[in-house]
Amino acid sequence: MGPFEYFEPETVEEALSLLRKYSDTAKVCAGGTDLVVRMRKHLVNPQFVIGIAGIRELDYFRFEDDEGLRVGCLTNIRTIERSPQLQERYTMLPQVARQFGSIAIRNVATIGGNLCNALPSADMAPMLIALSAKAKLVSIDGERIVPLEDFFTGPGKTVLRADELLVEVRVPTPPPHTSGVYQKYTTRGGEELAVVGVATLVTWGSKDERCTDVRIVLGTVVPAPMRAKEAEAILKGKRIDDELIEKAAQIAADESRPRDSIRGSADYRREMVRIITRDVLRQAFERTQSAR
Amino acid sequence: MPGEKGIYMKQRLELKVNGQTYEVLVDPWQSLADVLREELGYTGVKVSCNSGNCGSCTVLLDGKAVKSCIMLAPLAKGKEILTIEGLATESNLHPLQEAFIEHFAVQCGYCTPGMILMAKALLDENPNATEDEIREGLVGNLCRCTGYVKIVEAIMAAKEKMKVTSSR
Ligand SMILES: Cc1cc2nc3c(=O)[nH]c(=O)nc-3n(C[C@H](O)[C@H](O)[C@H](O)COP(=O)(O)OP(=O)(O)OC[C@H]3O[C@@H](n4cnc5c(N)ncnc54)[C@H](O)[C@@H]3O)c2cc1C
Ligand code: FES
Ligand code: FES
Repeated sequence: MGPFEYFEPETVEEALSLLRKYSDTAKVCAGGTDLVVRMRKHLVNPQFVIGIAGIRELDYFRFEDDEGLRVGCLTNIRTIERSPQLQERYTMLPQVARQFGSIAIRNVATIGGNLCNALPSADMAPMLIALSAKAKLVSIDGERIVPLEDFFTGPGKTVLRADELLVEVRVPTPPPHTSGVYQKYTTRGGEELAVVGVATLVTWGSKDERCTDVRIVLGTVVPAPMRAKEAEAILKGKRIDDELIEKAAQIAADESRPRDSIRGSADYRREMVRIITRDVLRQAFERTQSAR
Repeated sequence: MPGEKGIYMKQRLELKVNGQTYEVLVDPWQSLADVLREELGYTGVKVSCNSGNCGSCTVLLDGKAVKSCIMLAPLAKGKEILTIEGLATESNLHPLQEAFIEHFAVQCGYCTPGMILMAKALLDENPNATEDEIREGLVGNLCRCTGYVKIVEAIMAAKEKMKVTSSR
């Protein structure tokens, strides 16, 4: 690993001017749990590393009345897992965090690093997309807000420019009678990356038994996390029964684009998409119904 | 700019390990594990996979477990680092260390420092952790020798002792 020059900016402004100056030759390091591994394997060889862990103003989360939750990019996964406020108001996020790595990884891994690293298996991405979260990207020139749904462009690829920092994730308040479930499937458990990951978010109408909105977001089995929109469409506005769930799960499997890899053949993964999608849909529907 | 000429400057770093403060000069690409082992002599920090997967390099930062092989050393600045060397007192082993000996939870011993520190972090956070919670908490710590049974037994036994002795 290395050699590289290491910077420790203390403010966002400092970090941004370094990023502008060194651009493609630099890499941001948050927790480093992805970056250090990739540098050691010489998959990336930056000349400059900009360590942002010392920018304490980026480590926070708070609730804004009209706009929902705001999470600073340096918030680590363990904090998301253990926060009583998130458990109460965004139960689905700690539910994702519990399935992420091991405690020692969650203590260090940041939400910003997970999204910017942009592996198809990034565990935080599918549920955040289901929740219609947006990312705030800043550079010296200003800021832009990008829906996470449009943030990922391929394995390891995002719309983030080399001189930009992802500083905040904004998550709108879910409508009433909504519940979300993420399930990560691995072949041997433990700290493994997902073989299949599916997030679903279900909203029921307040008067009748119909599902007014539903999101199904696939991770890992696609080049970049993606909504299974055809599967969503057959559930939206309907009374939900098990037959419809089975049908939606099959459609989601057809929409997935898994590849053969050491963690499973494409056929096996596609079949697992069907099973996991069915399971998360059942769980989400049960939860919303029992909460009503 | 040194980097542009291909000359890289070492960085001065203040680290607090097991209650002692050190000033070290490090290459910025050295991991915390390397600095602890190579510069400061804390060879109880074991490096096996060097890629974040096995947990043998686990140390505690302000009581929180981290994998020191995939952490750049500057991230530990200003934190209390605890390695296995800092666990025993002059005259007494820590209850976890005693229990690992009593329950034969050590074979080659390579995973042991990481296991013990991970277990300490788990029990400090949740002194009543169940066996399932302990097993779940250890998913990032691999042992190629024992099959884990003795390790879990040792931790469960230490849990009881740690409740009576005041936690340290
Ligand atoms: C043993 C192990 C287990 C793991 N398990 C999981 C798992 O279960 N699920 C999972 O999803 N991931 C897992 N990971 C991957 C990794 O831990 C996560 O992706 C983590 O969230 C990355 O965060 P970080 O802060 O460590 O990122 P870093 O390594 O610091 O950065 C990752 C990338 O994002 C860029 N970056 C970071 N922050 C910003 C920012 N604010 N703005 C712009 N660019 C930025 C960096 O330049 C780098 O390219 C695992 C890794 C290891 C080693
Ligand atoms: S040596 Fe650090 S996790 Fe294996
Ligand atoms: S005792 Fe040998 S790896 Fe655990």
